[in-house]
Amino acid sequence: MKAQDLLELAARNLREALFRSALTTLGISVGVASLVAMLSLGIGLQRLASRRLARSGLFDTVVVYPSRMGPRPFRSAPATPPAAAPMLDEEARKTIARLPNVLEVYPEIRFATELRYNDHAHYTTVASLPPSARDSEAIESLQGRFFSGPQATEAILQAEFARELTGPAGSPASGLIGQEVVLQYAEQGALAEKADSSQRVSPAGEAASPWGFSVVRQEKKLRIVGIVESEPGGALRGPGRARVFIPLELAQSLRPVQSLNMLDTLRTSPGGSAYQALVVRVASLAQVSSTEDAIKRRGFNTFSLLDATQNLRRFFAVLDLFLGMFGSLALAVASLGIINTLVMAILERRREIGIMKALGASDADIKGLFFVEAAAMGLVGGLAGVGLGWGIGRVINFGTNFYLRRQELPPETIWWVPWWLVIGAIAFAVLVSFFSGLYPAARAAKLDPVRALRYE
Amino acid sequence: MPLTQSDGLAIRTEGVCRYYSMGPATIHAVQGVNLEVRAGEFLALLGSSGSGKSTLLNLLAGLDRPTGGTIIVHDRDLSRLDRSELAQHRRHTVGMVFQAFNLLPNMTLEENVELPLRFAEVERARRRSKAREVLRRVGLTDRLRHRPGELSGGEQQRGALARALVNGPRILLADEPTGNLDSQTGEEILRLMAEINRSSAMTVVMVTHERVLAERFAHRLVTISDGKLVQDEKEQ
Repeated sequence: MKAQDLLELAARNLREALFRSALTTLGISVGVASLVAMLSLGIGLQRLASRRLARSGLFDTVVVYPSRMGPRPFRSAPATPPAAAPMLDEEARKTIARLPNVLEVYPEIRFATELRYNDHAHYTTVASLPPSARDSEAIESLQGRFFSGPQATEAILQAEFARELTGPAGSPASGLIGQEVVLQYAEQGALAEKADSSQRVSPAGEAASPWGFSVVRQEKKLRIVGIVESEPGGALRGPGRARVFIPLELAQSLRPVQSLNMLDTLRTSPGGSAYQALVVRVASLAQVSSTEDAIKRRGFNTFSLLDATQNLRRFFAVLDLFLGMFGSLALAVASLGIINTLVMAILERRREIGIMKALGASDADIKGLFFVEAAAMGLVGGLAGVGLGWGIGRVINFGTNFYLRRQELPPETIWWVPWWLVIGAIAFAVLVSFFSGLYPAARAAKLDPVRALRYE
Repeated sequence: MPLTQSDGLAIRTEGVCRYYSMGPATIHAVQGVNLEVRAGEFLALLGSSGSGKSTLLNLLAGLDRPTGGTIIVHDRDLSRLDRSELAQHRRHTVGMVFQAFNLLPNMTLEENVELPLRFAEVERARRRSKAREVLRRVGLTDRLRHRPGELSGGEQQRGALARALVNGPRILLADEPTGNLDSQTGEEILRLMAEINRSSAMTVVMVTHERVLAERFAHRLVTISDGKLVQDEKEQ
C-alpha cells in the first residue's frame, strides 16, 4: 500500500475512535510536557548560573602574567626559564586578542595610593576598570553611575572604603557621590642621565646599559561618581583587592609605579615587561580552557577559576540527566497507553483486519497501518506536549518573577526551552510511540484471516 | 506427476486436507478432496452446515493453508506460496463475497470498493474510475456516498460483489452470498453473478446450501459431506 493511502486509512481509524485516540494522545502529551518542563528547568537553571558566572567576571576571565613570576595557586603553568620568557607587552596583548573566542584583552593596573578627603589621608589600592566592566554583575548594585568616559577623572569607591571616608559618625556613604578626592601616587618618571653608566654591571658581572625609572610623586583630583559593594571580578585578586576604581585609559596615562615594576629594573635586559598582567575575557565559559592553553603555549603564565566552572558543568549535566529521567518516566507510562490503545484496536478491528486480508492486504500493509497510527498519536502528542510544557514553563517563570518582584529582586528567566529540545522532544515522542506500536502491529499482521472473519 | 493447468483448468486440487486441533480432538474439516474447475465454469459447492465447504473455499482463496495435498490455481501451487505471495493471490487472482457482506461500516460504498485497489497500489484517479465502473455494473451508481448501514441487504451484497470484481480477478469465490438475503434478493444476486460469469468468462465457485437456486444458476453442483466430495453433478 502507498504511504498516502496508509496515512489516509490511519487518520480515518483514529477519527473513528476519536475519544480513545484523544485520551491516548493526551497521555503522550502529558509525558512530553513533563519531559520538556523538567529538562527546560535544568537548562534554564544552568543558563542562569552560567550567565551569572559570566557576568561576575570570575569564570570567563583568564589573567595572564609574564613567566618571570613563580607558580601561582590553582591552575598555574610552570614558570618558563627567564631567558626564554616572552615579554608581556603591547605586541603580546594584540597576539592574545587575536586568539579565537577572546572578547577583549586589557592590562591590569593596580597601584598603592594615598587618597585625601577632608584633609584626611587614607591608604589603599587603586585598580583600573575597562569600559566593559559596566556590564559586570558587581556594577549592577552600583550607587551613582559608571564613568562618563574612558579618560574621565572620575572614581568609583568600594562601599566599605566609602564608609571609612565618611567616618563612623559621618553622613551616609552615598553623600560622597559628586565629592572630590585627591589621589597621591608614585609616577614612573624618566631616568636621569649619569656620566659613569659604564660602571653599571649586571648580576653576571657584564656591563649593563642604564635601565630603570625615577619615582615622582604626583597628585590627581578625582570626582566620586559611584559606590560599589565589591570590586568587579575582585575574587580573582584575593587579598590584593582594590577599593578605589578609575577608568583604564586614565590609569594608563598616569603611569603609576606598580609593585612588579621594581622587579623589572633588576633584569639585565632593558625594556622589561610592559604590563604587569593582562586580563583576557573569553566568549563563553566552555572556551576558557582552550584559550588558557593557547596563551600558555605562547610562554605566559595564566590563572583562571576554570575548575569551578567544570564542576558546575558536571553538576548540571547530572541534574539534566536526572530531570530528563524523571520526565521520561511519564512518557514511558504514556507509551503503555499507546500499546493498550492499539491492542484494544486490534480486538475491536479484528474482523476489519480479516476483511482487509481477504481483499489482498499484506502483513506489511496491516503492520504499516498500526505503525502510522502509533506514530501519528506520537506526533500529535509530541506537538501538544511541547506546547503544554512551554505553557508550564511560562507559568513557572511568571510565578518566580512575581515572587522575586515581591522580594524587590530583579526578574530572572529560570525556565528555558531551546529549539533542539522542542525538536528532540517531538522526535522522541514519535520514536517512543513507534516502538510502542511494534507489538500491536506485529500481532495484527499475524492475525489469522479465517479466524478474524469469523469474529463477531 | 506435478499438477499443471494444461487443459483450461482454473483450479485443480489433489488430496487436499485441512485438519484443526481442538483440545485433544482433531477436526477433519476437509479430507482428501480432488477437484477440477474449468476456467469460466460456475460451480456450486453444496453441503450441510459444518460439511467443510467454507473451509475448502478459504483454501482456494489462499486465506488458509492446507494440512496436506496440493491446490493449483491458474498454474500457481498455493501450498508453496509465502504469506506475501498469498496476499498477492487474494489481491489479483481471486475476489471474495461473503454471507455477511463484510463491507467496512466506517467507509462509504465507493471507498469500500476502492479498498482492494489501494492494496494493489492503483493511482487515485484510476481507482475512482474503476470503482465507479464496477458499481455501475452492479447498479449502484446512485449509492456511492452511502455507508453500508444506509443500504439494504441486497445493495450491500451488490456492493460487496463490486468490491470483489474491482481488481479484475479471474475467479470469484462466494461464501453463502444469499444466506442473509430474502429469496427474491438472493435470486437477483445470483442472476448478477451468473451474468458476470457469462459476460466475463469468470470462474465462479459458490458455497451455498440452497440447492434450488444453485441448480438454476450453476453449471455444476458438487456436494461435500464430512469434508469429502460425495457428488459431482454437471449441467445437462
